[in-house]
Amino acid sequence: MSNNEMTGAAIIVRALIDQGVEAVFGYPGGAVLPIYDEIFKQNHLKHFLGRQEGGCLHAAEGYARSTGKVGVALVTSGPGATNAVTGLTDALMDSIPIVCLTGQVPTHLIGNDAFQEADTTGITRPCTKHNYLVKDIADLPRVMHEAFHVASSGRPGPVVIDLPKDIQFADGIYQGPEEFDHRSYQPKTDPSTEKLDEALRLMANAKRPLFYVGGGVINAGGEASEDLVKLVRATGFPITQTLMGLGAFPTDDKQSLGMVGMHGLYESNMAMHDCDLMIGIGVRFDDRVTGRLDAFSPGSIKIQIDIDPSSVNKNVRVDLPIIGDAGKALDYMLKNWRSKKMKADASALDLWWKVVNKWREKRCLSYAPDKNIIKPQQALEHLQAAMEKDAREYYVTTEVGQHQMWAAQYLQFRQPHRWMTSGGLGTMGYGLPAAIGVQVAHPDALVVDVSGEASFMMNMQEMSTIAQYKLPIKLFILNNQWMGMVRQWQELLHGGRYSESYTDSLPDFVKLADAFGWTGMIANDPSELDDVIDRMLNTDGPVIADIRVDQKENCYPMIPSGAAHNEMLMGPGAVQDADVSAAGKALV
Amino acid sequence: MASVYEEQTHIEQIARHTIAILVSNEPGVLARVIGLYSGRGYNIDSLTVAETDHIAGLSRITIVTTGTPMIIEQIKAQLGRLVPVHKVSDLTEEGPHVERELALIKVVGTGEHRVEALRIAGIFRARAVDSTIDSFVFELTGSSEKVDAFINLMKPLSLADVARTGVVAIARGTEAL
Repeated sequence: MSNNEMTGAAIIVRALIDQGVEAVFGYPGGAVLPIYDEIFKQNHLKHFLGRQEGGCLHAAEGYARSTGKVGVALVTSGPGATNAVTGLTDALMDSIPIVCLTGQVPTHLIGNDAFQEADTTGITRPCTKHNYLVKDIADLPRVMHEAFHVASSGRPGPVVIDLPKDIQFADGIYQGPEEFDHRSYQPKTDPSTEKLDEALRLMANAKRPLFYVGGGVINAGGEASEDLVKLVRATGFPITQTLMGLGAFPTDDKQSLGMVGMHGLYESNMAMHDCDLMIGIGVRFDDRVTGRLDAFSPGSIKIQIDIDPSSVNKNVRVDLPIIGDAGKALDYMLKNWRSKKMKADASALDLWWKVVNKWREKRCLSYAPDKNIIKPQQALEHLQAAMEKDAREYYVTTEVGQHQMWAAQYLQFRQPHRWMTSGGLGTMGYGLPAAIGVQVAHPDALVVDVSGEASFMMNMQEMSTIAQYKLPIKLFILNNQWMGMVRQWQELLHGGRYSESYTDSLPDFVKLADAFGWTGMIANDPSELDDVIDRMLNTDGPVIADIRVDQKENCYPMIPSGAAHNEMLMGPGAVQDADVSAAGKALV
Repeated sequence: MASVYEEQTHIEQIARHTIAILVSNEPGVLARVIGLYSGRGYNIDSLTVAETDHIAGLSRITIVTTGTPMIIEQIKAQLGRLVPVHKVSDLTEEGPHVERELALIKVVGTGEHRVEALRIAGIFRARAVDSTIDSFVFELTGSSEKVDAFINLMKPLSLADVARTGVVAIARGTEAL
């Protein structure tokens, strides 16, 4: 047999290695056994065994988000593939590059309702960027390499390759990645320089400009973020970031107004509403960002730079759409702003900052500390301070709900790829498995999953994975015994009738930690908080810190349903403001 | 939690667009296109698909759709995003084009009705492609409006069955997809 003649399973593993894959997150089963056998025979890629395929997919996502590389998952047919669907949809919504290999029953049994058969390409068609069913061994090398290209280029996303078992056993010829070129898939990455020049002209003339940046900048790579920082500094404009964009620009910088949107900062949302030039980069005007569309930033000229033409004019009509890679656009804008010695309108900008700083004085994130009860915001502020002091680089994942929004508000990210959260799909149970991928990619880093007790329990089986690979993940549970965001909405919209939002019969998290070989600790009142955080960070191995927080605390500011950016609810706490509308008060 | 944002209040003009899509002729490609339409709530008024270049493995899909300008723009952008899609062309927007539809129409009847059906078919230049002593199958080619008109006239003349291909369309002049 020549060097390139091998079985389908060997082709698959060889292609993964040639694509630079180092970690695969998976779960074996009948329809992928030949691939697992090939994995057994080699030492290049390391397999991480999850405890449920849903966890494997989120782990691959965490790996991808924290590295910018393609995350790889491997699952069996039928239930393996259907369990992967949530992670695939999550990755599609947040533009995360994933290649997911699924086993399939042998080709002659497809359509026969065979054991563990599911129409995987049919099921995953709407939740992947693209998918393949390989029915001919001759197609296999091309499909493997093409999948990586599709997943990682243009607007990144998940790709499924469905692999019938007979194809894994069949003999074929391996071909390397360089031998293929895609016929139809050619995403446009070079932005129009005329349009970028126009954008620069608008920037130089703006009176109340605002950068609005999102995950697209992070996906464009580290240089895009560096160029963004330089451009924002050179212009002196304020900048706001979406949930996905946190870390594209240092969130604690004096030019940063923090997160925008439903639970964004007051100054961010007010600036969005009142700006006269919005420079959107790698954003998609999501409904959580815009609030009521017909009242969204009524007086602004809107620039949108995005690699995906379908992101433009989807929700909001923009005045200057620029299709292309955010990194290339930022590079051009920075170079030309400098070389053409362009300047912002200094006096107008000065006035604009005065307005913005007035909004900042509202201190929308202030809260009322309590002597006896830990406030969730307080827990996160203390966590932030402790992570600052820690010598390790910190990475944070989250689950979904109030704790996620508080983490977005109170934690600081100064670099891209440090913040992994399920934004578009809002997948509870994301954070713990995602942390696995992050810690695998960054073995020496400090990886914290900021969690709620309800979300954590959606994928808590992955504690076993974490124990197996000795991943020192820190699980920081803001335990309020409620599905907090559900409860908050029930208060807001359903007369405080708490239908099924109380998490009854919670386990003893310290004992749970012990059962999985983790270390468990609990903080019941504010006096214990710092000690628990300190011990959590300084304990070797994985830790659950059960932080018992105020059960009644809600997340503010909040743009309530159907409201505009300038109609935020500031909350019932320390920032009881006179200008909360009567309707808002009635709701809160 | 469902989003409870209010619908936009201003109404944009809804228009009919004929869109031609050149795709790789591979398994599932039609499912991708129609799944995109159903998943995103777009309308399909007419759909035709057939391989047009066997050597290159290309198929042409023609879809007639309706929507506001913003929706039509979205439809085209979303179609363009599909990996096996080579080209998307909005024939309605890109200048004059020819649209044709073929229909097979069965009329069952005898006596006056039968004679009248045959006479109207002559006016519409429909060809009888099958005949028994009490039925005709007419083949009619033309715009959708012409086919509609013919079918309406056949209704009182014992129209029994209709098969339509849906619209195929091509740009006038030298432009090619």
